[in-house]
Amino acid sequence: MNPEYTAGSLSGAFAALVRRDLLLAFRRRTELLFPVIFLLVVISLFPLGIGPSPQLLARIAPGVIWIAALLATVISLDALFRSDFEDGTLEQFVISGHPLTLIALAKIATHWLVAGLPIVLLSPLLALWMNLPLESLSVMVVTLALGTPILSLIGSIGVGLTISLKRGGQLLSLLVFPLYVPILIIATAAVMAASDGLPYVQFLGLLIAGLITSVTLAPFAAAAALKISLS
Amino acid sequence: MLSASQISFERYFAPVFQPVSFDLEAGKLLLVTGANGCGKTTLIRVLAGILHPSSGKLDNQASGMAYVGHYLAIKDDLSVIENLRFMRDFIGTSTRDVDEVIREVGLGRVAEQLARTLSAGQRKRCALGRLLLTENELWLLDEPYSNLDQEGVDLVDGMLDRHLEAGGGCILATHGAHRPAWPGTEDLFLVSGANE
Repeated sequence: MNPEYTAGSLSGAFAALVRRDLLLAFRRRTELLFPVIFLLVVISLFPLGIGPSPQLLARIAPGVIWIAALLATVISLDALFRSDFEDGTLEQFVISGHPLTLIALAKIATHWLVAGLPIVLLSPLLALWMNLPLESLSVMVVTLALGTPILSLIGSIGVGLTISLKRGGQLLSLLVFPLYVPILIIATAAVMAASDGLPYVQFLGLLIAGLITSVTLAPFAAAAALKISLS
Repeated sequence: MLSASQISFERYFAPVFQPVSFDLEAGKLLLVTGANGCGKTTLIRVLAGILHPSSGKLDNQASGMAYVGHYLAIKDDLSVIENLRFMRDFIGTSTRDVDEVIREVGLGRVAEQLARTLSAGQRKRCALGRLLLTENELWLLDEPYSNLDQEGVDLVDGMLDRHLEAGGGCILATHGAHRPAWPGTEDLFLVSGANE
């Protein structure tokens, strides 16, 4: 690429990409619903498997909801770059002269809107199902609102690395689950502390720190991973 | 516009093609020919900046590149017009009207249809429409004639003539069934790097 050539406005490209991905997601509505239904099914299996004792359910609720959210996110992650990689759109992105980091950030943002936000919106219902005490319900929603973007951001690095593999999805889950462990620990600790009437703000602070770190670093790592996968 | 000196590309420590040098000027068409598997696609991808040359120097002075390769970058779930409109908004430097471009590549009748319903030749035309739409100076075309009917081949030749007349440049890789008629055509015969 000619170093002196400048492509069109970055914000225009970002908006165009987000708009296109939302439109595509809307056209493939069934794919959109799949992770959400998966989440509902997994959570409804727990009372069946371990018995519907209200105290027990309330105790395990934060962990169950968060683990189900992790699984639902990983299921939807593989689609993040896959179709753009396979039909050559990613090559066009590279040639366009726009920074790949910005493109990765736009794709991650749309992924969260489509896959992460529904989990956040559904979480009050899930918490009620699991008999989570009302005082910790709002903390649950806040941890998911702060945590699910981190899941999308960290996951994008794994997707970038595994996209050129035919069965990359399986490797992806092995790759990203260990990276999700800190988020899981911090988020569930916050909800449990709230249930026990203990201070929980420090955990939310840690989640915010994690969100800021991953927003600033993950798109660069994802772009670098995509470049490796393209060559 | 684009000059290369002794560029090569290695895959698993074996050169894909023999080192290539050329100097493409405005209004010129560089025709890359060679047998199947001699590295035409790889060369085009190196020139496009998707791959990095293993050795040699590449000097790109073009204001913008457009690339049409084997993967056409068309979304099945978007219509022709949505596909092209996205690319125009994404690149952000174009002033062309999307409907006009669609008529020019002969897709006026199917503009509102989803791309999944198009034939292979129509998809190719849609991808070629991107060339007109982005108004980039340098075109990199990898087998642009494949899947096209005679009318489509003439369309590509006409597009090339107008682009080159206006001072653009083009590098076109083909296995050689059809040869564009542009007078300023230079040939580059690519030789596979294996079995040296």
